[in-house]
Amino acid sequence: MIIGASSGIGAALARSLARRGYALALLARRADALDALCQELNAAAGETRAAAYTHDVTDYELIPGLFQKLLADLGRIDSVVYAAGVMPTVTFTEYNFDKDKAMADSLLLGAMAWLGQAATLFERMGEGQIVGISSAAGDRGRVLNPGYAASKAGFSAYLESLRNRLTRRGVNVLTVKPGRVDTEMMRGAGITRGLYPADKTAEAIARAMHKRKQVVYIPGWYRWLMLAIIHTPSFVFRRLKF
Amino acid sequence: MSKLNGRTPTLPADRLARVENFGHSLAAPGYVFRPTHAGQVADLFKAARKEGFSIGLRGAGRSYGDAAINRGQAVLDLSRMRRALAWDPQTGILKVEPGFTIQNLWQYTLEDGWWGPVMPGTMFPTLGGCLAANIHGKNNWQAGPIGEHVLEFTALLPNGKEVTCTPKKNADLFHAMIGGMGLLGVFTSITLQLKKVYSGYLDVHAWAEPDLERVLAATDENKEHDYIVGWVDCTAGGRGLGRGQMHSADYLPPGADPDPAQSLRAEYQALSPNLFGILPRSVIHQFMKLAFHNPGMRLVNTAKYTLNRTLGHDKRYPQTFVAFNFLLDYVPDWERGYGRGGLIQYQTFLPKEAAADSWREMLRLCQRRGLPSYLGVVKRHRPDKFLLSHALDGFSLALDFKVTDRNRHRLRALTADLNRIALEAGGRFYFAKDSTLSAADARAYLGDDAIAKFRALKRKTDPHGILQTDLYQRCFKTKEEKYEVR
Repeated sequence: MIIGASSGIGAALARSLARRGYALALLARRADALDALCQELNAAAGETRAAAYTHDVTDYELIPGLFQKLLADLGRIDSVVYAAGVMPTVTFTEYNFDKDKAMADSLLLGAMAWLGQAATLFERMGEGQIVGISSAAGDRGRVLNPGYAASKAGFSAYLESLRNRLTRRGVNVLTVKPGRVDTEMMRGAGITRGLYPADKTAEAIARAMHKRKQVVYIPGWYRWLMLAIIHTPSFVFRRLKF
Repeated sequence: MSKLNGRTPTLPADRLARVENFGHSLAAPGYVFRPTHAGQVADLFKAARKEGFSIGLRGAGRSYGDAAINRGQAVLDLSRMRRALAWDPQTGILKVEPGFTIQNLWQYTLEDGWWGPVMPGTMFPTLGGCLAANIHGKNNWQAGPIGEHVLEFTALLPNGKEVTCTPKKNADLFHAMIGGMGLLGVFTSITLQLKKVYSGYLDVHAWAEPDLERVLAATDENKEHDYIVGWVDCTAGGRGLGRGQMHSADYLPPGADPDPAQSLRAEYQALSPNLFGILPRSVIHQFMKLAFHNPGMRLVNTAKYTLNRTLGHDKRYPQTFVAFNFLLDYVPDWERGYGRGGLIQYQTFLPKEAAADSWREMLRLCQRRGLPSYLGVVKRHRPDKFLLSHALDGFSLALDFKVTDRNRHRLRALTADLNRIALEAGGRFYFAKDSTLSAADARAYLGDDAIAKFRALKRKTDPHGILQTDLYQRCFKTKEEKYEVR
């Protein structure tokens, strides 16, 4: 089950997992994009492998009912991937609460609403996997887009808490921290250089899911970059411009 | 494209639980309800009709397959509806609620000199579950299935009606709900005729047989004993293929036991908590794990057969009812010995003439594929009048297969081939055990008429298709019908 599957990493991951034989429930706001993806996946597989559900993750109050409907439709759910979210362009001097709220709503609160349901199910089942597409951007509060960094930092912390609660119940929680991935969201925010391909990102996530990893940076060398960034002293970090 | 809109949850999240088969090889989430009286069942039926969810019935969860799993939907666990409603020690007629277990039964009635006419290999199933599967014991040739000892039952149907069924009254429903796997309605009371006994002991005879032919011949020759059962070593090949040990047993006549009051006491019958007086039974399954692989089980089976053939050959001894009947309860949680992936049981019922050849072929196939059964049990059967009956004039062979993540696909392919061999030989299957049949297989052995009759009854008792289980989805629904109700 992939929430936020109509484009970007979510869509690429749907393709990767479908190739690996997963049966998929895909959720997203944009019905047309989602439908097209579903048709593509089912045509490629030669059988019904993906089902589409339109949904806006900020409709929090609907989520418990939707989760139950999905569970009844699918019979069982093995993995839940949260890949939804928006990243509006924020200038260097801009402090826009609406934009910040839109990010916190979709990146963090929507994740809490959905993954809380998933956690309940997996805890009772004693098995399952939660995958959160967080971001390397959440590792440090940088000058660019404070709302995004804060939402992703919150999401990463939420995932870590879930991991610490659920590992003992047989559930794996995977935090994915991509760098700059070639997605609509990135290009929409005006970032076009040094982008890592979405399909490669998806393959890396699928591999990490299979190996039941806990935290994965994509591309892999970001782990060392972020290690350096995390340990950069504040008096230096305050003077940087990224 | 499904649109997900303003729908509030209809099933309470606090009911969400893992629902497993007895062998721990299948699991699915379900919203589990455990009512204590029939009124709550009626309420749940009403809610299901209104909200459009389905309900799977579950007793003690002792089915080896997917009979008591209803993935992602409601599960009605009847194990708390377990009161004894009436007991007459003069006539041996017992009326109970469906959650009353086999253990409850013998502990309740044996002291008065009455024993269950048909007892399974374990005392933990509920009587509701026993009727739903129409279980048999090691005395199937003599006593038939449990359904033949039911004088009456009352049931609550998903259409809201309450019915009383006897072999004469509502006879169609009587013969379909017994063996109907809980797909037509919920038993609310069950009235059973028990068997009069004059001692808590059985007169047991044990001996070894060198191959499958001899095991089957011995099972047939000894079918007039009250009980007859054969253990088969499924790991031995060559001339020893299907070698095993037989046990026959007979009730004692009046007067044979000098002190029946003593041997009929429940405490006297109870299995001791320790094996050989020292080893706690509760820890044995941990040690079993060490031997539950192909070479280990080959060794264990060979050692057991060698002992049976030498020290244990042609032995007669008295044995308590509980010790003889409930072999599976000797080691608590024995199914955990199969490890994380659990086990499936695979039982086929073959006509007398075809049994030896077909099972030899099956056992060889299992060994060739590196998936030998770790346990084999042979019983003698006779036909009965129930609609979805598993019985026929012949034998059954039950096999236990270990399931692992690695062998799951190979095991599925193997059981598909075994199903084909059994169907070609005119074989039948048993829903309490099955997890391998397709809808086409089920149709092939039950016949179009029986399936049509069952469907017609289901349309009448359950017009909204509320009662569903994974077994129902697998064995009774064709592709087109699969999503008609959900």
